[in-house]
Amino acid sequence: MSNAAMKPLHFKPLNGVRIVVWSAFAVILLLLPVLARSNFAVTLLCLTGIAAIACMSYNMLLGQAGMLSFGHAVYTGLGAFVAIHAMNKIGGGWPIPMWMIPLVAGFAGLGFGALLGFVTTRKAGTPFSMITLGVGELVFAAALMFPEFFGGEAGINSNRTAGSGWMHGLGLNFGGQIQVYYLIAIYLFLCTAAMYAFTQTPLGRIANAVRDNAERAEFVGYDTRWVRYLIVMASSFFAGIAGGLTAINFEAATADLVHGTRSGGYLLFTFLGGVGFFFGPIIGAVLLIFSLVVLSELTKAWQLYVGIVFLIMVVFAPGGISSLLMLNLRRIKYGEWRKMRWPYAGMVFFGLIALWGFAAIVEMAYQAQVAAGSGSVVTVARIPMDASVLASWLIAAAVLLFGGICFEIWRRKFNKVWGEGEERIAEAIKKAEAAIV
Amino acid sequence: MSTYALELSNVTKSFGKTAIIRGVNLAVNKGERVAVIGPNGAGKSTLFNLISGRFEPTSGSIKLHGNEIIGQRPYEISRRGLARSFQITNIFSRLSVFENLRCAALFSSGQKYSFWKPLSKLTELNDRTEALMASLELKRRRDVPASLLTYSEQRALEVGLTIAGGGDVILLDEPTAGMSHSETDRFVHLIRKVTVGKTLLTVEHDMGVVFGLADRIAVLVYGEVIAFDTPDKVRADAKVKEAYLGAVLDAEGAHA
Ligand SMILES: Nc1ncnc2c1ncn2[C@@H]1O[C@H](COP(=O)(O)OP(=O)(O)O)[C@@H](O)[C@H]1O
Ligand SMILES: [Mg+2]
Repeated sequence: MSNAAMKPLHFKPLNGVRIVVWSAFAVILLLLPVLARSNFAVTLLCLTGIAAIACMSYNMLLGQAGMLSFGHAVYTGLGAFVAIHAMNKIGGGWPIPMWMIPLVAGFAGLGFGALLGFVTTRKAGTPFSMITLGVGELVFAAALMFPEFFGGEAGINSNRTAGSGWMHGLGLNFGGQIQVYYLIAIYLFLCTAAMYAFTQTPLGRIANAVRDNAERAEFVGYDTRWVRYLIVMASSFFAGIAGGLTAINFEAATADLVHGTRSGGYLLFTFLGGVGFFFGPIIGAVLLIFSLVVLSELTKAWQLYVGIVFLIMVVFAPGGISSLLMLNLRRIKYGEWRKMRWPYAGMVFFGLIALWGFAAIVEMAYQAQVAAGSGSVVTVARIPMDASVLASWLIAAAVLLFGGICFEIWRRKFNKVWGEGEERIAEAIKKAEAAIV
Repeated sequence: MSTYALELSNVTKSFGKTAIIRGVNLAVNKGERVAVIGPNGAGKSTLFNLISGRFEPTSGSIKLHGNEIIGQRPYEISRRGLARSFQITNIFSRLSVFENLRCAALFSSGQKYSFWKPLSKLTELNDRTEALMASLELKRRRDVPASLLTYSEQRALEVGLTIAGGGDVILLDEPTAGMSHSETDRFVHLIRKVTVGKTLLTVEHDMGVVFGLADRIAVLVYGEVIAFDTPDKVRADAKVKEAYLGAVLDAEGAHA
């Protein structure tokens, strides 16, 4: 067989798929605020867009290079502070337009990445994580020590409508939240495209190789420390952009922007979204803002729920939501998904029942222990429960037990169906491989 | 002036108080194929680790193309044209077969750390990688993560990673260990093909392979090279017979 005849075997019509995916992404970003309708929803979208850039930049470290950083908020936060000062300079007459502020913050992030990353990337693995933790503490301490730059407890305020320029004249002055949204959306789109493109370059691929086996990477010519350093700088650049957008969005920057809690949030939610696929952190960002803004309104014990979900995912689905999605997509591709409809339905149904029982116990406990002043009744999914009555506790426990047992029964059915499908897929793959000459 | 491809002088290595390599001298000519043989635990892998920069020798000198390389990091030595494989498979586990091979060729292809050009546009590199993959007979496993390959496929990939970068001094540590006879034959043929014109050092236990492949044989026993000569002379060497080869050849004879 000639070479030309063999080529199409590996041809994948990816270009077509790619164009569709990226166009859909752009259209969704364009239309989201139209669908959202309320101001609160637009605010949520803004936060989510910023978080998506931050989480994707975090995943350049964790998912793509295997670097578990505990201090990513250092770069988003310092980016935000540089941005807020630059915004005030615009207010003082600097001739740059406001929409360039995120870029300024990006280069600030890059600079801090070059500076601090030089220290953190000296080591890989656990020592790297430890150093990032230390650097994070250091920067937070510095934020409280230098009030001229960080504004102390109160932070620093600014005004995003300042400045001038022809676009300003056209009414693009970021007065309304919707203009801020579209600024964020454009940066999100461009950053996503740039970060994705990065994964398809030599450096992006070598980062994967260093993640998998740093030693072997050294034996094929790569200074793995230099690779880590370059990756930290690239990641910090995008983190800085997220920080700059934060500054514009809030018109303020406070020391908690560089705090370890925030770094932990990026880590936790990037992991939840899934580090193994490029789009995973976007899902993580949605969950991050949902938890931080929506869930925290619904329940005071929201961190407990987030923690439990995190634990469950670490144990049962370490690839995060994106890997679950991709596993199901694979099923669909091999025509194996339909068989799982009922097991899925069963698991979701009884899972929700168990969740209600669990939530009822948590909420009653919370009400009794922490919020007793406001009475003993809580409503859990519209059902009022009285924490001072023993029967409430018994009912909740019974529901949890019942739901849990039924869930487990369905989970076993699910595992069986899943396993059978897995075998058929393996069979199909083998056949396909045998067909390749 | 020495023009050896590789020259070891009085190289020693101790782990703690235990001397493992005890004064090795070895001068390998350009383009020569050398088989390193010796009993288990003789220090063959350790010797390769010293040459490739994985460990630093306790004393002595190692020259690659006349340049001292002791104290250099593995990536520096690799860039000077020395490539090695590992006895225990050492591959990029989550990357596909194709990506493994491409990564191994990336630095030497001149791309280094570049991030302004997509991999898909590197036609020359991609074609070369496809060709190497085909010659390793891994084509049908192209997009499979390396961790999911069978043992002998992983061994083939291991050697593939070593030769992908185009180094001109190649160290192979037991490339055929654990392979069946037919796989070994195929593999030796491949090694011969891809190392034409290159300097090759290979640790090998299969005496058929050793005598068929090697221009010279180095016998390492207890951290010392007790013989380094052509196959016929090594076979006839009384010291070698006593220390190692006698027993091995008898065993091979008994098998045949
Ligand atoms: N990193 C190490 N630390 C301590 N001892 C080692 C190390 N590497 C090898 N050795 C010891 O050196 C000796 C030679 O090992 P090796 O070079 O693997 O032998 P060979 O490859 O000839 O079978 C063995 O006794 C082994 O235990
Ligand atoms: Mg060995």
